[in-house]
Amino acid sequence: MNELPKWAEVVLVPLMSLLLAAVLSGLVILAIGESPLGAFQLMVQGALGSTYGWGYTLYYATNFIFTGLAVAVAFHARLFNIGGEGQAILGGLGVAFVCLYIPWPHWSLAIVGATIGAALFGAAWAFLPALLQAKRGSHIVITTIMFNFMAAALLNYLLIGLLKPAGSMDTATAKFPPATHLPSFQDMFSTADNIMFRGAPANVSFFVAIMACIAVWILLWHTRLGYEIRAFGHAESAAKYAGISPTKIIMISMMISGALAGMMAINNVMGEAERLILGSVEGAGFIGIAVALMGRNHPIGIFIAAILFGFLYQGGAELALWTAIPRELIVVIQALVILFTGALDNMVRMPLKKLFRLFRRTEPAGV
Amino acid sequence: MDSLTLLLILDSTVRLAIPLLLACLAGLYSERAGIFDIGLEGKMLAAAFMSGAVAFTSGSAWLGLLAGIGASVMLSLVHGVASITFRGNQLISGVAINFLAAGLTVVVAQSWFGQGGRTPQLTGDARFEPITLPFADAISAQPGIGPIYQELLSGHTSIVYIALLLVPVTWVLMYRTRFGLRLRAVGENPASVDTAGISVVRLRYMAVVIAGVLCGLAGAYLATALQAGFVKDMSAGRGFIALAALIFAKWRPWHALFACLLFGFLQAMALRPDVIESTIGISVNGQLLDALPYILTVVILAGFVGKAIPPRAGGEPYVKER
Repeated sequence: MNELPKWAEVVLVPLMSLLLAAVLSGLVILAIGESPLGAFQLMVQGALGSTYGWGYTLYYATNFIFTGLAVAVAFHARLFNIGGEGQAILGGLGVAFVCLYIPWPHWSLAIVGATIGAALFGAAWAFLPALLQAKRGSHIVITTIMFNFMAAALLNYLLIGLLKPAGSMDTATAKFPPATHLPSFQDMFSTADNIMFRGAPANVSFFVAIMACIAVWILLWHTRLGYEIRAFGHAESAAKYAGISPTKIIMISMMISGALAGMMAINNVMGEAERLILGSVEGAGFIGIAVALMGRNHPIGIFIAAILFGFLYQGGAELALWTAIPRELIVVIQALVILFTGALDNMVRMPLKKLFRLFRRTEPAGV
Repeated sequence: MDSLTLLLILDSTVRLAIPLLLACLAGLYSERAGIFDIGLEGKMLAAAFMSGAVAFTSGSAWLGLLAGIGASVMLSLVHGVASITFRGNQLISGVAINFLAAGLTVVVAQSWFGQGGRTPQLTGDARFEPITLPFADAISAQPGIGPIYQELLSGHTSIVYIALLLVPVTWVLMYRTRFGLRLRAVGENPASVDTAGISVVRLRYMAVVIAGVLCGLAGAYLATALQAGFVKDMSAGRGFIALAALIFAKWRPWHALFACLLFGFLQAMALRPDVIESTIGISVNGQLLDALPYILTVVILAGFVGKAIPPRAGGEPYVKER
């Protein structure tokens, strides 16, 4: 077997996929009569050209780090968790309960409580699909899709009924108390005469996301449980033979995955909106799939891919603002990234493999 | 609830069940051949847009239908190339197709029509008109059978009758023809089909393309029959409900019809909360009715109502012996 060298596997293949996605997206922009280069410049300017732009880019990236890690942990156990969206919705519910019903003295305690609440609710929403997969062999993809719809219906139900403050017209909870306000980047990095990140939603949960990356890295590659998860994902029957319980691994990895997806809510619900709004997840659960695929299921890769998608999201919003290109262009780019890094992986890989084989054959002759 | 209300609800049950049925049958062909297809939703959406757009510009619903089928089949081929030729992950490919359709339809609609991601309203021949079955008006005065025939059976668009006809056609094709036998075999044990000298790749591509045609019909029905034009995200999860119906039906055509009618009935009831309240005396929550197809599917998957076993080779790319 001619496998690719590791650096090509980690760097070259994702870059090629990204390039293909970028070229096709460029063609789409060209086809609707706009200039791809101009659009790209506008995106870079809008997303990275100012601390304000960065503030949005990193805010979106924070969401995607959590959901990307969620998908990746499940992927390592060879489980495809499409339920990140629903788990993130439930995470928001957990954050709302924690913030609304517990009188927190200070945000630093509140964020710990909210993180736990979000993780518990997210994990709970992954519990049944995991149990059905482990005990009944029901396909996790189908059940998590169903749970996404159920989560949306549940939140809809709660926000037009129980959780809506009396007299309010919005489908949202009451505003969280001021003590739960998380410091935004503007609060943290601005000096008296130089205000940075003005009005941008990036907040302290970005650092929680980085900690989550480290935690996932330690979990997967430096603990016994992580080893078991990866062993199960690589070779189920060998893992079983080695005494690893499939039920345990499926349950635990799915619940960790759900918890990570749920934890996204400390960013979008607690950090940005400061109340629970209908539809605040905005598809971030699904973008986690693209992020995990692009980042090759490794926390470092996921971090980079999440920032890239944060850039696309903020840049796309700027495009929609200044040109006739609608925001949905990002959805197209996202689809292409998923297509090339996930489904058409072999297509990208085959020519590269051939190329490397060619080099390997000529090298000894040259020496 | 009086009999007229019941008839109206059953009538809208049929209307709402048809796109589910077409997508469900699409999934049936694909999954029976061993190709998981969670991209039903995206194909339906792409077809809805293309049929709406072409029907508007050409003024012909039938041309729109053809264009819709074309768009859907294109996406099917992407799915085929990814999951058959390049042996990629079928689920990931399906997810990508859903997003591709969700994004492209809006981007292109905005560029072509500039109405915020929708096509202009369709009128006249650009929509499928209801067909009045023979004698419908003549016997409508008959008590009992008359109104049922006139309201429920007659007065639908041609796609409705095509879809209903496709159920027995699919059954015959699947269980009474050589093609059907091979198609089912390729979803259970592709190696045996390969050994018999029949091309697995060819069969699977055929199944995927048939699925594309059926999703195209479903999408065209949404934009040019059920409603008058394309609006953003108009498939609204129907592809996933169809997937749920497929599992509910355990991958069998007649059962698919009943599952889709059931889910269509739930959707029809969700539109008429007043009727539910007056019938059973308590108001049932609309969100609960929305979520019910999904909850039912999970219950089925949990195996409480008989086990749903998918085709054995589903989701597995076929690799010829080396």
